[in-house]
Amino acid sequence: MAELNTRRESGVARVAAPIYLLLFPIPVVLFVAALLTDIAYAKSANIMWLNFSEWLIAAGLAFGVLAAIVLIVEFAASRAIRTGAVGWAHLVLFFLALVVELFSMFIHTRDGWTAVVPTGMMLSILGTLLALAAVATLFTVPVTWVVHRHVEVLP
Amino acid sequence: MNARTTVIAVAACVALGACQSGHDNFDKSTQYGPDPQLPEPSRALLPPMNVSKVVGWQTGETPTVPQGFKIEAIATGLSSPRNVLPLANGDLLVVESKKDGKEPLERPKRKVMDWIEAKAHGGGDKPSNRILLLRDSDGDGRPDSQSVLVDGLNAPFGIALVGDQLYVADTDAILRFPFRVGDTKVGDATKVTDLPAGAINHHWTKSLAASPDGSKLYVGVGSNSNILERGTGAELNRADILEVDPRTGAFNVFAHGLRNPNGLTFYPGSDVLWTVVNERDELGPDLVPDYMTSVKRGAFYGWPYSYWGQNVDERVRPQRPDLVKAAIKPDYGLSSHVAPLGLAFYTGASFPAQFKGGAFIGEHGSWNRPERNGYKVVFVKFENGKPVGQPIDFVTDFLKGDGARGRPVGVAVDKTGALIVADDVGNTVWRVTASATTS
Repeated sequence: MAELNTRRESGVARVAAPIYLLLFPIPVVLFVAALLTDIAYAKSANIMWLNFSEWLIAAGLAFGVLAAIVLIVEFAASRAIRTGAVGWAHLVLFFLALVVELFSMFIHTRDGWTAVVPTGMMLSILGTLLALAAVATLFTVPVTWVVHRHVEVLP
Repeated sequence: MNARTTVIAVAACVALGACQSGHDNFDKSTQYGPDPQLPEPSRALLPPMNVSKVVGWQTGETPTVPQGFKIEAIATGLSSPRNVLPLANGDLLVVESKKDGKEPLERPKRKVMDWIEAKAHGGGDKPSNRILLLRDSDGDGRPDSQSVLVDGLNAPFGIALVGDQLYVADTDAILRFPFRVGDTKVGDATKVTDLPAGAINHHWTKSLAASPDGSKLYVGVGSNSNILERGTGAELNRADILEVDPRTGAFNVFAHGLRNPNGLTFYPGSDVLWTVVNERDELGPDLVPDYMTSVKRGAFYGWPYSYWGQNVDERVRPQRPDLVKAAIKPDYGLSSHVAPLGLAFYTGASFPAQFKGGAFIGEHGSWNRPERNGYKVVFVKFENGKPVGQPIDFVTDFLKGDGARGRPVGVAVDKTGALIVADDVGNTVWRVTASATTS
């Protein structure tokens, strides 16, 4: 069954998948880092950590949007990912993470303490959890999606 | 689809508890005077930025003045005139000023704000940062010649004449020039003292006043941040009024906790120093009221830890309850975000009696507010050296639709008793006279 799906994968889907897997970890790592710098700010009130958070979230969103565009291309091109529940779960969790982090960025643009405590920190936690949940879906993803190029060479 | 997007946006906004209504039902007039109403802080998801695009004055256009007065442009085509000093012989010194350079990019927010704010300032590459001398040879109130008195200054703002010494407050130093009323040239500059400037230099205008006996100078140094978000290290000797000995350059802090004090002026016939202060942003459209106040020696006016006395600003950490306890309330609220930059007490005789001893305030106008506020010159009546009643709009209609034709900054009273207004984005100097007394 997996093999059947693989054969129908278009060239676009085969190119987009590895690019996506390259891009997707970047926002996840940056969002996790921003949560850590939020915690550092809440503990120290040293404004440097707040500036870090603001850059990390902004950079996370920039790479996140790039990854999201590639993911949409992958969805358009790959029937395998469209028809599987896991693919959709991944997309929804990742997109929700981006939306939450967008609001988090707005809150983080405030000056001083209320940029983080409590709303900015809560959004950072929620956004990071959603992003990590999106990561978790990849552990159960069908082979046809993640490694279909390897599947394809099988007889 | 559009409606759905709106619903989602509103729902998200409600969920975050960070909504801000575009309609401002708050009555601004409750923030005039000694005891302004202070609503709860409201923090929008994004700071509202409503800056006015510069459209300039078309030929024949002027601001509006009350009945019984008339206004005319006495100098046009200038390059960001920000302050004026009328002299006893009728000459008028005009300080043209632009801050060079951008603030360092510490946060992504800065980039976006710079981009939006850029549209609120007059462009043009004409030479600025100099002092012009306007001379009215025939005494008709309209200058007929213009010359450059001092060139090559660094974002000057404050200017004061003490005897035959002209003091100019650049953004980074107080300079002294030998100058007699009637001269068209100044002698060589001497630096009196350095002033806090540096790479950030956020609030850069240094207002200047001399004590009535000329023995001390007072200089307003604005903060380097909105509410300490650049750390305490950036705020050394800032948000202060400094008292400077003009002979030695030595200075001490005269008063502190004044976020951005401008328009430093001694009340006529007294030793009481007055200032107008730009208060903090991003607590909502109706916080915090900007104010006019007499300045008490050694007093703390709240910034950044609290505002209008003991109202604690939760954004500032670590908190300083010891300082908050000592914070004193200013004398007179002007309502929020009006950005007062100029202050002059009426010492002339040509305006009606009610103006005598009252204050004219140049309000540069708001950005951190959906509905614009300021962008006018107001008058506050004084009785027994104290402000009374509500401000009245005196020079208005600087705005035209969404655009700004001009923005008032420094104000002064000339030897005939006319009011002079520097308009930096309109690149014009305005003169207001009482109709009956004009020739």
